[in-house]
Amino acid sequence: MSVPAPLYLSLSAVLFTLGTVGVLVRRSALIVFMSVELMLNAVNLSLVTFARLRGGVDGQVVVFFVLVVAAAEVVIGLAIIVNIFRTRDTVDVDDVDLLRG
Amino acid sequence: MEAVLFAITAVLGIAGGVGVIAARQPVHSALGLLLALLSLAVDYLLLDAQFVAVLQVIVYAGAIVVLFVFIIMLLRATGDAPRARTAVPPAAASVLGAVLAAALLTAALTVRTGPGGVGAEYGTVQQVGRALFGPYALPFEAASIVLVVGMIGAVALGKRAQVIAVARTHAAPGVRAPAPDAPAGRVAAGGAGERER
Repeated sequence: MSVPAPLYLSLSAVLFTLGTVGVLVRRSALIVFMSVELMLNAVNLSLVTFARLRGGVDGQVVVFFVLVVAAAEVVIGLAIIVNIFRTRDTVDVDDVDLLRG
Repeated sequence: MEAVLFAITAVLGIAGGVGVIAARQPVHSALGLLLALLSLAVDYLLLDAQFVAVLQVIVYAGAIVVLFVFIIMLLRATGDAPRARTAVPPAAASVLGAVLAAALLTAALTVRTGPGGVGAEYGTVQQVGRALFGPYALPFEAASIVLVVGMIGAVALGKRAQVIAVARTHAAPGVRAPAPDAPAGRVAAGGAGERER
């Protein structure tokens, strides 16, 4: 491990922050969704780094489960976005406020 | 050598991440996401996680990004509406982002590193597979249930979308032209379609 682990963790931190800012700033549901994927990937990088630090493979198994859940989440989420677009002709998250009190 | 590779992938990954949140066209965001995901795959290889790297390329870069591109194509999605480009004011978002980044980076840079030596077969498909089918067998089965539920959910939502589309075509006042794939009986019935709903 010639690159020290804190550098990987820093890259992970930067990517996670970028994803958070994307979720806060963008209004297109698709882009918000992509930002969430970015955050998931940042966490995956942390998990792989910690697994490497400990010398165990458990972190990589957790990454596998994150991948599975992310795949299912993308399928369902994109189906919901398509449904919203068909009923309301927009994917803008500010326009979908039916549950607002 | 590894340091150079890491520097390249870090720069590309951050560039891809910035591309995701800054691009005006959704397709450019998807390409930025692809860039970030592929750089992360190289990072996984540097961390001796070959199996995860391959999964990253196949599942994320292959399946998920392609799905995103398909949906962008399907929705003819343009970027954010012009009336206001951002949900949260960019200044507030950058302050929040800076605070979060500072906290995470502090934690990342103060982590205690161990000895860090691993055997040659660390991270191979065999080793991960042995863990996956040994101590993690039950979560693995649960993961398959999650995937089945995802599949069923997508089919159910897709069916619902079809019903909504047909209903809207019939609900539009003065429009008698049905959807091309609507059953012929509705065409003949004319206004009866509206009673059916």
